[in-house]
Amino acid sequence: MVKIIFVYFAILIIASALAAITRKNLVYSLFWILLMFIHLGGLYLLLNAEFLAMVQLIVYAGAILVMFLFVIFLLNLKEEIKEAVFLHKWSSRLYGILFLLFFAFLGVWSFKNNFKGIYSIELIEKEGHTKVLGTVLFNEYLFPFLILGFILLVPLLGVGIVALRRKTNGTT
Amino acid sequence: MVPLSYYLILSVIVFFIGAFSFLTRRNLIMMFLSIEIMLNAVNISLVALSHYMQDIRGQILALFVIALAGGAVAVGLIILVLAYRNRKTLKLEDFNLLREE
Repeated sequence: MVKIIFVYFAILIIASALAAITRKNLVYSLFWILLMFIHLGGLYLLLNAEFLAMVQLIVYAGAILVMFLFVIFLLNLKEEIKEAVFLHKWSSRLYGILFLLFFAFLGVWSFKNNFKGIYSIELIEKEGHTKVLGTVLFNEYLFPFLILGFILLVPLLGVGIVALRRKTNGTT
Repeated sequence: MVPLSYYLILSVIVFFIGAFSFLTRRNLIMMFLSIEIMLNAVNISLVALSHYMQDIRGQILALFVIALAGGAVAVGLIILVLAYRNRKTLKLEDFNLLREE
């Protein structure tokens, strides 16, 4: 049963990603990527990561894609003109993809899982996923968390500087 | 129970879809979107490894990746809006300001 759900999510993720990168209109590809992100949230639910699934829905599907959509609507883009692009022959594209996939699958299949942490499913079910995540985050990763807050402050200031800049005669 | 390698193979496939799109599309917004696809592919493998190794730290790393992707997209879209304001286009071939003619 779990396998059927996984196959559904996997097929929809791959299909919507392929549909997204082949659309010429950017708005359509954005909506395909929205579908892909929602199914990624479902995949996280399958992996017992419900807090991460909600973060995926709220942050990715809610905030980041809306930001992309605003920029696309703001810029009044024409349809993308197809020109000679990098690796424009399909045979060289295919060989490149097969070459890289070979090494990637080699890495995947030679991976041996011989490490078990202490956070088993039973513990997470007993304590609650958000509580376990928050405990580890605020005990072990407190300083990276603070740096992350600082990193998120910098784009805020950047947006403010860009939005507030007026045309002046060389002086800011 | 789905084996771990299924998740990793799904992650590899989605990552290469994103990388292929990044290399072949010549539109800056589409390149940013393919970076998002690649980050999400990495997140799949992080959460799957965290689940199968019974260690919560992978999910914390995935949380950091999501937050950093938000910041990166904000900065990237600022740069993109400014570039469009100067050049009136978003094709990659037109951004050759620093190139010697």
